[in-house]
Amino acid sequence: MSDLLAPFLEFGFMRRALVGCLALSLSAPPLGVFLMLRRMSLMSEAMSHAILPGAAVGFLVAGLSLPAMTLGGLAAGLAVALLAGFVTRSTVLREDASLAAFYLISLAAGVLLVSLRGSQIDLLHILFGTVLALDDPALWLLGGISSLTLFALALLYRPLVMECVDPLFLRTVSRAGGPAHYAFLGLVVVNLVAGFQALGTLLAVGLMLLPAIAARFWARGLSGLIPVSMLVGALSSVIGLALSYRFDLPSGPAIVLAAGALYAVSLVAGPRGGLAWRLVRARHLEA
Amino acid sequence: MGDRVNAPLQVLPGAIRLAGLTLGYDRHPAVHHLDGTIPAGDMLAVVGPNGAGKSTLLKGLVGEIPCLDGAILRGVPREALAYLPQADEIDRSFPLSVLDLASMGLWRRAGAWRSLGRSRGAVLDALGSVGLSGFEERAIGTLSGGQFQRVLFARLILQDAAVILLDEPFTGIDARTVDDLVGLIGRWHAQGRTVVAALHDFAQVRAHFPRTLLIAREPVAWGPTAAVLTPQNLARAARLSEAWDEAAGVCARGHDHAPAHPDPAQAHGHERAHTHAHGHAHGHAHGHEHGHEQAGHRHGSAA
Repeated sequence: MSDLLAPFLEFGFMRRALVGCLALSLSAPPLGVFLMLRRMSLMSEAMSHAILPGAAVGFLVAGLSLPAMTLGGLAAGLAVALLAGFVTRSTVLREDASLAAFYLISLAAGVLLVSLRGSQIDLLHILFGTVLALDDPALWLLGGISSLTLFALALLYRPLVMECVDPLFLRTVSRAGGPAHYAFLGLVVVNLVAGFQALGTLLAVGLMLLPAIAARFWARGLSGLIPVSMLVGALSSVIGLALSYRFDLPSGPAIVLAAGALYAVSLVAGPRGGLAWRLVRARHLEA
Repeated sequence: MGDRVNAPLQVLPGAIRLAGLTLGYDRHPAVHHLDGTIPAGDMLAVVGPNGAGKSTLLKGLVGEIPCLDGAILRGVPREALAYLPQADEIDRSFPLSVLDLASMGLWRRAGAWRSLGRSRGAVLDALGSVGLSGFEERAIGTLSGGQFQRVLFARLILQDAAVILLDEPFTGIDARTVDDLVGLIGRWHAQGRTVVAALHDFAQVRAHFPRTLLIAREPVAWGPTAAVLTPQNLARAARLSEAWDEAAGVCARGHDHAPAHPDPAQAHGHERAHTHAHGHAHGHAHGHEHGHEQAGHRHGSAA
């Protein structure tokens, strides 16, 4: 255990990376829980790719500058989220199809834009993140986004749950459904931008979805799913960063792989539908 | 058209008035030129063959789809309408308890933020009155169809709405549950709430609903149930329920510059529908003489 924590005690950049990832672990997994329950898991994947061209434009304008790339990513992500929502509401396309179209276009545009100027290394930084080089502004940004997300989720919680479970009912009693939906999409984009600082655009969604999916095997209700997903996110951050230091691995993929390993463990051992529990057939109850 | 602009339509508080109402999809009417008033405290069954526009009418009443023509005048605020759709969009795999689902009915009182703690007793009472005591903590995904419908009725109780719209609430529900829920609807009626239910089972309608609207896209008859559910009316409803005509022309009814309808049989049908609308207006003077006058005017100019 001490071996696992030693690099964090020893090096400032490891502590910074950990703080950034823990902030992300508090805000992204709860959003992942809602995405999973709304069967929008792949949609968040698409959104994360949609952020790339915006970040790339920021990169073209200002080089590897965090604020420029963040603003660009935010603008592009929100634009795609709103456009896809609009296309879904006003045409025959379903949301997944329209998102797939948008994200393919934006991923291609993003890669093209980055390679217009800049090297292979820059492209790798953007695609896979630079968690070990988080500076003060980046940490403030991650902390701010995390706080904002938790606060907004608390405000939106009830309409959001109702919109997930029974959108028609929410429409008949209130107009909060639409705003709640768009605010939720906005939070997803903001968190993907935050994740893109640490894990890169391709993996940003990893810390959002994998902990949420793993939590499904441990808890049933939302009140259990959300804390468990946060815990899985935090564990993945610690384990991933420690392993990446110990074995000199790229940190972003290491964190996401750690989350993947926790998912695999949950899949087998989780008490709510885990594979191992299928082998033991508990005696059924009387009624 | 000018007369419609000059004469503002009015409705009594608590009532819902349909004025030349046409509802449909892609400009094809599913409910065609419906005139009448649902007075406050009415208990109205909407019956008709499949595709007659029953569900469409309820969706229109609750504001779920826009009017193609005409208007719905609600003498109640929109929040006072409660609606139980036929094909609900409820995600039953969502990890939510029975208590949580029923509590959604408290939205008008609790909104997005106010605590539900104090209302727990009311939710438990509502669940108890639909026979689901002890089910509070069950996940909604584990309920049977009948139990689920009972939860939705508990939610309707908590909505405490002045007007309750039910779209085929008893489809696929066993007899005992139907009896319980019909009893509940009767209590709502006794409390002075307006109940409008789309139903298929004529025996149920005859036994429990004092008034009936029979539609087959066109309104066929509207009035006391015994007078509406006659063999003649039902046969006419069956004849009127035509197939969707992709190449249907633009409906000219209700417009001043109406050309003669190409199909004499249909024109005949129109006339009868209008004549009936008159009869209804005379029979139940619920403060909608205005609409009657107007329908007469339009009818006269179109014929």
